[in-house]
Amino acid sequence: MNLLSSRSKRVNRNTAGNITSFLLLSVLALFMAFPLVYVILNAFKPLSELFLYPPKFYVVNPTLDNFRDIVILMSQSYVPFTRYFFNTVFITAVGTFGHLIAASMCAFCLAKHDFPGRRIMFNAVVLALMFSPAVTSIPVYIIMARLGLVDTYLAVILPAFQFSLGLYLMKQFMETVPDAVLESARIDGAGEVRLWWKIVMPMVKPAWLTLILLTVQQLWNSTSPFTYSEELKTLPLALSQILAGGIARTGAGSAVAVLMMIIPLTAFILSQANVLETMSTSGMKD
Amino acid sequence: MAKNRISYLMSMPYMLLFCVFTLVPVCASIALSFTYYNLLESPRFVFMENYRRLFLQDDIFLTAGMNTFVFAAITGPVSYIACFVLAWAINDFHPKVRAFLTVVFYAPSISGAVYIIWQLIFSSDAYGIMNTLLMQLGITYDPILWLEDPRYVLSCVIVVAIWCSLGTSFLTFIAGLQGLDRSLFEAAAVDGMKNRFQELWYITLPSMRPQLMFGAVMQITAAFGVGDISANLAGNPSVDYSAHTVVNHITDYGNVRYEMGYACAIAVILLVVMVGTNKAVQNLLRKVGD
Repeated sequence: MNLLSSRSKRVNRNTAGNITSFLLLSVLALFMAFPLVYVILNAFKPLSELFLYPPKFYVVNPTLDNFRDIVILMSQSYVPFTRYFFNTVFITAVGTFGHLIAASMCAFCLAKHDFPGRRIMFNAVVLALMFSPAVTSIPVYIIMARLGLVDTYLAVILPAFQFSLGLYLMKQFMETVPDAVLESARIDGAGEVRLWWKIVMPMVKPAWLTLILLTVQQLWNSTSPFTYSEELKTLPLALSQILAGGIARTGAGSAVAVLMMIIPLTAFILSQANVLETMSTSGMKD
Repeated sequence: MAKNRISYLMSMPYMLLFCVFTLVPVCASIALSFTYYNLLESPRFVFMENYRRLFLQDDIFLTAGMNTFVFAAITGPVSYIACFVLAWAINDFHPKVRAFLTVVFYAPSISGAVYIIWQLIFSSDAYGIMNTLLMQLGITYDPILWLEDPRYVLSCVIVVAIWCSLGTSFLTFIAGLQGLDRSLFEAAAVDGMKNRFQELWYITLPSMRPQLMFGAVMQITAAFGVGDISANLAGNPSVDYSAHTVVNHITDYGNVRYEMGYACAIAVILLVVMVGTNKAVQNLLRKVGD
């Protein structure tokens, strides 16, 4: 099996070109991976190796001391560590679920129904992709305050329901569902809600896995500016307090970084094929 | 009409929240930018005063604008081209190698621990890996204060931003390339197309137009929206405002000084620049391959 070429023979490719391209890619891949690998190795270094001069890239005597330090530091905190963990899991789970339901229901109508206002709605969502949330941060804060949402779970969860990227990707993917399938189900007497839930949703599994992945990534690492009680803080906020301890926390800091990247990375590795299938329909049509 | 009602009902939950947290805030931002508002008193209409102050009196806004412009002009194109070129190069390999390389290149954008990692690398003492490397190679004698020295801060932020910029667009390009019709290339080879670069220019790029447009939106918005990286690595404000961006300036006036009207004026300018650049680039990309 020749790993340097795709499965079927392609035209206009030669071995020399493939090898050059592979070597260039490998160098770049090393540059990209270096910081991540470095921090992972650091997390397993004992104190004596962390402050070695000149520092070594690899670990000689790997240890779990740094992870134990996190547990010790966390057990001294005002709010138990499990509470931060619960907050993050709760926000991520509810936010992701709500986004998936709200966005896919709306995307179904935008993709498969013809009703006045449909184009305007979709164009508004596309427009929202063209600016970052920082632009609206001030009024959003004022609105949150007026609605009494500041310092509640809902302040993090509700905005997550309306991530525009999720709706956009879902709508583009749902367009690939053949109309004939929907028509025959309608003739059999299925209502629109049933059609969406029983027929369309099972057909767009790659899209909802992608939405889950993107929302989990956002929420798992979210540090919302709208919650300030210690009881509502999430894991990344709690962990960043460990880093505030300065240089003595270098090892624990690396361990924190490792803990933070595990969930999003694993989620992507597991869902890669589905995510790529969704992205194949993500193009913007004129 | 009955059929339309179900459409409205089903899109309502999303659209309602979208209005409350995106549409209304955009309109409110524009409206508030013409007022003086400190959250305690009700907004007072001052018309163009905020904008006049921004451009004529606020030197730091001009610095922030300049930094954001430099930042966007470098990271935007570099990351966009990197996303495409890497996706294109990866696409030639065996699916297993492709999947592995995809994870390696995509990982930085989702790792979530960006600041912790780069603070270790750009650590200002001799234990920082970047300083060690340069000192061992004899390039510098003393450790460089990467994140404290105004000469280096912005460059560091740019490096980090490019490092974690291979996100959604990168995946879009990979997926788009895999979906291209193989027979197009075979037909072209018969017609005398000689190498992979001709293929890229005459077939691949024109057939990828929808993906290229979507990717451009993602990268442009991210490039102008820089702020968190700078605030977390260099602090807000950074030394001498050397990595101060427009987004940092909004945070400064909105969350620290409570000058909401002024902060909104900054936000409106950023909004216009982001949407304007996006629209302009969309028009440009529509011409690819025509």
